[in-house]
Amino acid sequence: MALNDARLGRVKPAPENFLTDEDIQSVKDGRRDFLRKAFLTAGAAMAAPAVANAQPAGDPAILELPPWSKMLGKPVAANPYGQPSMYEKNLVRRESPGLTRVSGSSVSFCPLQGLFGIITPSGLHFERHHQGWVDIDPNKHRLMINGLVKTNAVFTMDDLMRMPSVSRIHFIECGANTGMEWGNVAVPTVQYSHGMISCSEFTGVPLKAILDMCGADYKKGRFVLAEGADGSSMTRTISMEMIESGEVLVAYGMNGEMLRPENGYPLRLVVPGVQGVSWVKWLRRIEVGDKPWATKDEAVHYIDLMPDGLHRQYSSIQECKSVITTPSGGQTLLDKGFYNVSGLAWSGRGKVTRVDVSTDGGINWRTARLETPVLSKALTRFNIDWVWDGKPAILQSRAMDDTGYVQPSYGQLRAVRGTKSIYHNNAIQSWKVVESGEVSNVQVL
Amino acid sequence: MSRFCKTLIVMAVAAGTAGSALAFDRYQGIGRPATAAEVQAWDIDVRPDFAGLPKGSGDAIRGMDIWEAQCASCHGYFAESNEVFTPLVGGTTKEDIKTGRVAALVNDSFPQRTTMMKVPTVSTLWDYINRAMPWTAPKSLSADEVYSLVAFLLNLAEVIPEDFELNQDSIREVQERMPNRNGMTTDHGMWPGASASKGGIGNGGKPDVKATACMRDCKKEVVLASALPEHAQDAHGNLAEQNRPVGGVRGVQTGAPAAEGAQAGGDPLLALATEKGCMACHGVANKIVGPGYNEIAAKYKGQADAAASLFEKVKNGGQGTWGAIPMPPQGHVKDDEIKQLVQWIMSGAKAQ
Repeated sequence: MALNDARLGRVKPAPENFLTDEDIQSVKDGRRDFLRKAFLTAGAAMAAPAVANAQPAGDPAILELPPWSKMLGKPVAANPYGQPSMYEKNLVRRESPGLTRVSGSSVSFCPLQGLFGIITPSGLHFERHHQGWVDIDPNKHRLMINGLVKTNAVFTMDDLMRMPSVSRIHFIECGANTGMEWGNVAVPTVQYSHGMISCSEFTGVPLKAILDMCGADYKKGRFVLAEGADGSSMTRTISMEMIESGEVLVAYGMNGEMLRPENGYPLRLVVPGVQGVSWVKWLRRIEVGDKPWATKDEAVHYIDLMPDGLHRQYSSIQECKSVITTPSGGQTLLDKGFYNVSGLAWSGRGKVTRVDVSTDGGINWRTARLETPVLSKALTRFNIDWVWDGKPAILQSRAMDDTGYVQPSYGQLRAVRGTKSIYHNNAIQSWKVVESGEVSNVQVL
Repeated sequence: MSRFCKTLIVMAVAAGTAGSALAFDRYQGIGRPATAAEVQAWDIDVRPDFAGLPKGSGDAIRGMDIWEAQCASCHGYFAESNEVFTPLVGGTTKEDIKTGRVAALVNDSFPQRTTMMKVPTVSTLWDYINRAMPWTAPKSLSADEVYSLVAFLLNLAEVIPEDFELNQDSIREVQERMPNRNGMTTDHGMWPGASASKGGIGNGGKPDVKATACMRDCKKEVVLASALPEHAQDAHGNLAEQNRPVGGVRGVQTGAPAAEGAQAGGDPLLALATEKGCMACHGVANKIVGPGYNEIAAKYKGQADAAASLFEKVKNGGQGTWGAIPMPPQGHVKDDEIKQLVQWIMSGAKAQ
C-alpha cells in the first residue's frame, strides 16, 4: 500500500478514543462509511499545518518521537509482582448484573473476548464461590483420606509437595456456563455467555498415588467424595475410574505458581473434562465409598431438568463445545477487509479434532486451523482467515472431538433437552455482524 | 509443631493401629495414619442411605425458633424468600408426596424451582445444613438443631406434621414421603465412569444429541430464533470499557457503567469493603443479610460514640441491633481498616 493512502488509516493516531460519540451515532444510524470519513478527517487534520492539499509527511507516531523513546524507564522490581499494562484495565473478571444477589455466592466471568492462545492468566481465571473464598495458611492445611482404605491417613502440604509431581494443561468449565442462554439470548458478550471457562497448567500429585499409599479398596470403592475446607465444605462424588486412569490430580500449582486463593489455595482437585464444581477447592478430605453421595450440588443444583420433569443427576462431563471469541458480541469491526477470526474449542471427552467456521449462519462451512498444542481436555485455539465485505454476516463455530461427537446447534440440543436444563449448554454460538460492523449475540436454530 | 513432637505422635498412632499394614513404603516419611478423633472431626458427610448420620432428634416447633433466629433473615420466615437465595419451600403438593414426582416441574404451575421441588433425598438437606449453614457461621449447629431445622422445612412443605419427631430412625420414613424422590434419572451419558450395568452410573458415556458436520448448502435459510432483548442492551455496563483499546475490534459503546464496586477503578473504600467480604452481607443502599450501610448511617447519625460503637461491632461481632442474625467478628480486618470503613459508612458510602 502507499504511504500516503490516508484511507487505510495506517497514520491514524493511537485509537484509544477511536470511536467518538458522533461515530457511535453514525453506527446506530446504520452508516457504514463513518470510519472512512474519520480517516480522511484525520489525514486532513495532519495536513492542516502544512500547505493545503499537501500529502502528510507521515505518521506523527513516527515523526514525533514519543516520550518513552526519550526518557529513562523504570527500574527492575518496581513491581515485585508484575501487573498488566495500564492500557489493559478493561480486561478484568466481571459479574453479570442480576445473575446472583450475594457476591459471596456468585460468579465472575473470564474476559475471553481479549485473551490469546489457550492459557488463562491466573488473575483472570473465572470464579465461582458458594460461600465466599478464603486464603488458607498452607502450613495449617491438611488432606485426610478415609473410608474404604486400609489406613485412614493425613498429609500436610509438605508431604504432598515432596511427592513426584506432574504438570498438565486442562480446561475447567462451570456446568452452568452458557446456562443463561438455554431459552433465549440473555447476555451481550462472550465474557458473559462463555466466560465460566478457563485453562491452566496444573501441577500436583495423581490422586491414585495417594489412594494406593492408603490401601484403597478399589473393588468395593468405586466412588470418591471430595470435600473442601472452606465454610461451605463443598462436596462432590468423583468416579473411581477417572482416578484409576491417573488423570485426577491433587493440585497445588497453577501456571507455574501456587494456586490463587480464589482457585483453591493451597490445594484443589483437578478432574479433567468434568464440570468445575467437581474440582473441589481448598481440598481437605477424600473419602472412598461404595455409593454416590447425592450432595447438595448433586441433588439440588447441578442437576439438569429435562422436558419430562425428570432431573439428570451426576451429569458431569463437559461435552464438546466451541465459541468464536473475536469478533464477538459487543464488539465493532474497524473496517471492511481482512480479519483473523479466532476462538476456542474444547471437549471433556478428549481432544478436539476439527473446528468448522461459518460466516453465513451455518449454510456453508470452512475448516479452521487448530493451533498447537492440541491437548486432551484442554482449550484448543482455532483461527481462520476472513475478508469481510461489509455485508451482514453470521459467524459460527462447530467443534468435533476424537470420539466423533459433533457440537450441536440450538435446534438439535433443544429437541432432546428442552430449554430448562440450566446446565451443560454446548450449542453452537452465533454472532451477527451488521453493516456498521457491530457484532451482537443471536441464536440460530 | 516441632518435627520431634510430630514423630512422637506418628509413633503413638502407629502403635495404636498396630496390625494395619501401611503401604507407605514407596514414599517413606510422607503422610501418617489419621487418628480416630481426627476422622470423626472431619468425616461429617451423610449419604442417601443415611451412612454417617449422627444420632439425635428434633421437631418443627423447636426448628422454628432456630429458624427465626439464624435462617429467616436470608430465606424468609417461611423459607419462601427469593431475596437473597432462591426459595427453599413451595411448589410441592400432597399428590407429589404420594407419587414422588413434583408435577410443577412439568406443568410450570409454580414460578420458581424451589429446593423442595428438586431435592430427592432428605439426607441431602441434613448434610448440607450441617456442613454449611448458617451462611455466616457454618458448622455451628448441633445435631439436634440440624434435625429440628430439617423438620421445620419438611413441615413447611407439608411432608411431616409439626410435632413429628425427626431422628436417625424416623428419617427413613420421611424419605418415603419426599415429594421429588422419584424425580431423578441417571440414564444419561455424562458420568465419567462405568455404566450403571457395571456398578457405576448412567449409560457408559453415550451422548444424547447426535449432530453431523455438513459442509455445503446445509440448509435453505437461516432462522434467527433470538436476539439480545432491548431491555438487556445496556444491562452489562459500557461494553467499550470491557474490550481492549487496540486490535481489530473495539467494544461497542453502551449504556451506563454497571454499579459494580469490585471492578477496576472506583472508590478505594468500596474496594476494601468488597475485598474484606463486607459486601457479601451488606449492600450500600440495601439490606442483604445484614443492614444496608445507608440504614446504619441513618441509625447512628449524630451519636457521639457511633464510630467507637461500630468499630467494636465490626471487630468483635454483635447481635440484636438489627434482628437476631449475628454479625460475626471480623478478625481478618485490621483495626485501621475498620476505622476507615466505619468512617466511610457514616459519611454515606456510595456504590461507585
